[in-house]
Amino acid sequence: MSIMEIIAGILIIIGSIFLFLGALGIYRMPDIYNRLQAGTKATTLGAMSLILGVGFLEPTWMLKSLVLIIFIAYSNPISSHALARATYRRGHYPLILSDDKENMDAYQEVVPHEKEKEEKI
Amino acid sequence: MQALTFNQKMGRFIVNWIFLMLLWIMFTSTFAAQELIVGGLLTMLISFLSIRLFTCCDLSLLSPVKIFWMIYYFGVFLVALIQANLDVARRVIAPSLPINPGVVKFKTKLKTNYSKMVLANSITLTPGTLTIDVVGDTFYIHWIDVKTTDPEKAFTEIAESFEKVLLKIF
Repeated sequence: MSIMEIIAGILIIIGSIFLFLGALGIYRMPDIYNRLQAGTKATTLGAMSLILGVGFLEPTWMLKSLVLIIFIAYSNPISSHALARATYRRGHYPLILSDDKENMDAYQEVVPHEKEKEEKI
Repeated sequence: MQALTFNQKMGRFIVNWIFLMLLWIMFTSTFAAQELIVGGLLTMLISFLSIRLFTCCDLSLLSPVKIFWMIYYFGVFLVALIQANLDVARRVIAPSLPINPGVVKFKTKLKTNYSKMVLANSITLTPGTLTIDVVGDTFYIHWIDVKTTDPEKAFTEIAESFEKVLLKIF
């Protein structure tokens, strides 16, 4: 086994571990915003590391995998922002665990809460 | 939108052309003459047609100082990304699920749309924060473990390390 293959293996294993943790996070977290948090971060680093590993395994694909990594780092946060924003505007408000419920949700000054929607969830 | 001067148009055109050409070379992974000629012509056409669309930057972006700060920013970002993942891993694995979610806001000093987008993306990928929306110069952040609801303190906590580098680039 060459040194490149060992590096590739390590990167792919790290990537898979983070992707698994992301999936576990999506399962365990209580509401959509926390799920997005776990999902976005873990899938970004997981996919980046996985693709970099493939690049090490097949050196002619290295530059292509770098382009893919740049696109993932660019587009993943945008998709999660779009999901979070659309969810909020649709009327699903973030779960708040602390007692200070009024001040903990600053976004309601932009999108006021609608009572009937809040109860429907 | 105000009319662009010839110099601005030219600067954007050249920057777009250089970036698209780099992208083409990375995708084709070759320096064969026919590939480079086709790529050069195509990217020239695309960057000519999209002068008004890609408004991020002009030629000053390619000065060595800015390139140094870009590389520095990439380092800061990579460290934050790895920290974020370890943070998520810790929260997900812990049986008690240590979260205290909420939405905080803060104001940024960045002016251009493009730099705000980069800051918002970076915030999403750093520990425990997710950008919900950007309205004008106010960022609304979902924070998985709210330490403070005060905009000033939230800014120092979340965005300061990124913004001071971004102010040097854009």
